[in-house]
Amino acid sequence: MAEMRTPIESGVPDNKPYLHPLMLKNYGRWRYHDRPRPGVLHHVAKSGDEIWTVRAGTQRQMDLYTIRKLCDIADQFADGFMRFTIRSNVEIMVGKEAQVAPLIKALADAGFPVGGTGNSVSSIAHTQGWLHCDIPGTDASGAVKALMDELIEEFTHEEMPNRVRLSTSCCEINCGGQADLAVVIQHTKPPKINHDLVANICERPAVIARCPVAAIRPALVNGKPSLEVDEKKCVCCGACYPPCPPMQINDPEYSKFAIWVGGKNGNARGKPTFMKMVAAGLPNHPPRWPEVSAVVKRILYAYKDDARPWERMADWIERIGWPRFFEKTELPFTKYLIDDWRGSRVSLNASTHIRF
Amino acid sequence: MAKDMHKTPMLDELESGPWPSFVTGLKRLAKDKDYMVDLLGQLEHSYETRKGYWKGGTVGVYGYGGGVIPRFSEVASQFPLSSEFHTLRVMPPAGMHYSTDILRKLCDVWERTGSGLIALHGQSGDIMFQGASTAQVQEAFDAINELGFDLGGAGPAVRTSMSCVGAARCEQSCFDEARAHRQVINTFLDDIHRPSLPYKFKFKFSGCANDCMNSIQRSDMAVIGTWRDNMRTDEELARQWYARHGMNELVNDVITRCPTKAIQLKKKSELAQGERISSVALNDELALEISNRDCVRCMHCINVMTGALAHGEDTGVTILVGGKRTLKIGDLMGTVVVPFMPMKTDQDYEALVELGQKAIDFFAENALEHERTGEMIERIGLVNFLEALELPVDANMVNHPRTNPYVRTDGWDEEVARVKARQANQASAEAGE
Repeated sequence: MAEMRTPIESGVPDNKPYLHPLMLKNYGRWRYHDRPRPGVLHHVAKSGDEIWTVRAGTQRQMDLYTIRKLCDIADQFADGFMRFTIRSNVEIMVGKEAQVAPLIKALADAGFPVGGTGNSVSSIAHTQGWLHCDIPGTDASGAVKALMDELIEEFTHEEMPNRVRLSTSCCEINCGGQADLAVVIQHTKPPKINHDLVANICERPAVIARCPVAAIRPALVNGKPSLEVDEKKCVCCGACYPPCPPMQINDPEYSKFAIWVGGKNGNARGKPTFMKMVAAGLPNHPPRWPEVSAVVKRILYAYKDDARPWERMADWIERIGWPRFFEKTELPFTKYLIDDWRGSRVSLNASTHIRF
Repeated sequence: MAKDMHKTPMLDELESGPWPSFVTGLKRLAKDKDYMVDLLGQLEHSYETRKGYWKGGTVGVYGYGGGVIPRFSEVASQFPLSSEFHTLRVMPPAGMHYSTDILRKLCDVWERTGSGLIALHGQSGDIMFQGASTAQVQEAFDAINELGFDLGGAGPAVRTSMSCVGAARCEQSCFDEARAHRQVINTFLDDIHRPSLPYKFKFKFSGCANDCMNSIQRSDMAVIGTWRDNMRTDEELARQWYARHGMNELVNDVITRCPTKAIQLKKKSELAQGERISSVALNDELALEISNRDCVRCMHCINVMTGALAHGEDTGVTILVGGKRTLKIGDLMGTVVVPFMPMKTDQDYEALVELGQKAIDFFAENALEHERTGEMIERIGLVNFLEALELPVDANMVNHPRTNPYVRTDGWDEEVARVKARQANQASAEAGE
């Protein structure tokens, strides 16, 4: 065997060589910012220096030709630097206002929608899905592409009451994360167990320990050590599937979508909030998931119509109350939306505060 | 391209529409690489059958135990060329800044050694080089590593971190996020590269309470910028803001949205005076008055009146521990374990690293297998965690004191004495400064 190269454990690289020179010069000494138009941020430093940032959406899973195209644009129309946001938007910075319009044009001509700033619907935080995940109930990149095609006007304009953050997740682990509006797979049937494989593939005590409701127990099936699920207890979360792939939780028909609203990451005004489930049972319908898009848009436009400036989705619902949320969105409030997990009694109304 | 494309009628539908299409990108790569022809075939197969067909396995690079996400196809007989489609997780520079030069170099490596597909970025904050065969992984890593980049975390390990744009371009930044990010993470490279913790451990760094990195909900240790002194004001910008936005927006968007009603509208001539009052004129008659003792540093008014109102100068961080999503016991947010830690000097940054070290050591020794820090704290109680990390209890750590009597309090007097002694020590230390 040839001698192996020892890795250089360099860790996180220093970002200084990759900063736009004006950002390096004014590091930690910025005074204020404004937004001259959707998709453009204008930051002013205490030194008086100014920098303009043009933000554009990307497909996140990028072929290297797309990345090279972004590099060409950053070299030709900007100063050779870019960064990415947590939602996979690209940001290209320029030191002169005159560079802004040509940069916007170049990005738009190359198919990158400029927007995602301020009170817009920014790009959707998403996961891997069928392209690369080992446990996905659905696709991620495709679902995002389909939804952003429909929400493009809300990305390129700043017409929402406050910023709107979306996420999608291909299983209940919810890698997409908390969001104003989230689309998450919700399995509806217990796992289907391939008893021939469990003994060889799964570390059974570890799988039993993963179950949040203690519904899994060891069993001998057809003379082989395996696992069985108490289907009355099972909450179909899929937690057993990653450590034990023979416990197949994904089902083309019975893995549905749920819609969640009102997650807020930041601390502005109220404290951060978790999102709440408001709809379920939507079909997994590639390639464009129209039933999901319809509900997402219904919620989004009810919020857009009714929320006051600076109200995030959670703030809006807190003001109007849940009954009116379900009324305005024409979504049915069902018994499945009443929480019965541990600590859930704090989510019940222990008062006479009723809206009529 | 030697191999004919598979028919992909469902994916083809994702090439139309205004949003950038990853399918178009995949097809472009398939012109060069038969590898990607079969990858597209498998993805279409997933769309048709509504199932995923990747399974994990064991693939790595020499010297490391993690950082590569192995993927072997379960339908390799139909799509043999892309039967191995591994991902390399690579840590980006803090704040995800790049020069075009380094991006081009990374693309060149991946054109030579991988599929050509790169995700910027994954949900943990990694650059994800998606799609290499087992045989190519080492060569790809070596080349990426030579460019100054290193693998990120996977499995029960310290994970790749994220920090906001922060000091590089944001006036709301309260500390050097990139420095904290790099200094902390690069202390734990052994725990990143050789997964041996009970489960994952994530740090995230946000420069202010807007928490653009979603750190409270998504990290085991959230480091969030804040300040202790008074808010700063800028009269020139405040007057400009008021002239542009007027009274309705001032009242409805700024004053009434303050969560603790710390802001009042006053006549300039009637402004309160006091050490903990900030005020700023809006025109010749009116002014805003802010009671800094009531302010909870939520950032709302600063977001609305950017520059006119700004964070103070005695800056540092609030640290919360234990955030995570659902599995296993339900969603948990991080909770405060350090209300304020100054973050200015070299010693301050070292103290942050030291706290991270203590948290990881305690986690490594006390968490159950596959238990996150937040779940461990739920099991043992916050006080046990605080005492192990030698962190003093503080009323900022709770929404309110306990509402049940189920606690044995026969150590009360000793505890009172300890709290008082600590307060006295603190007072004398501050007097000595």
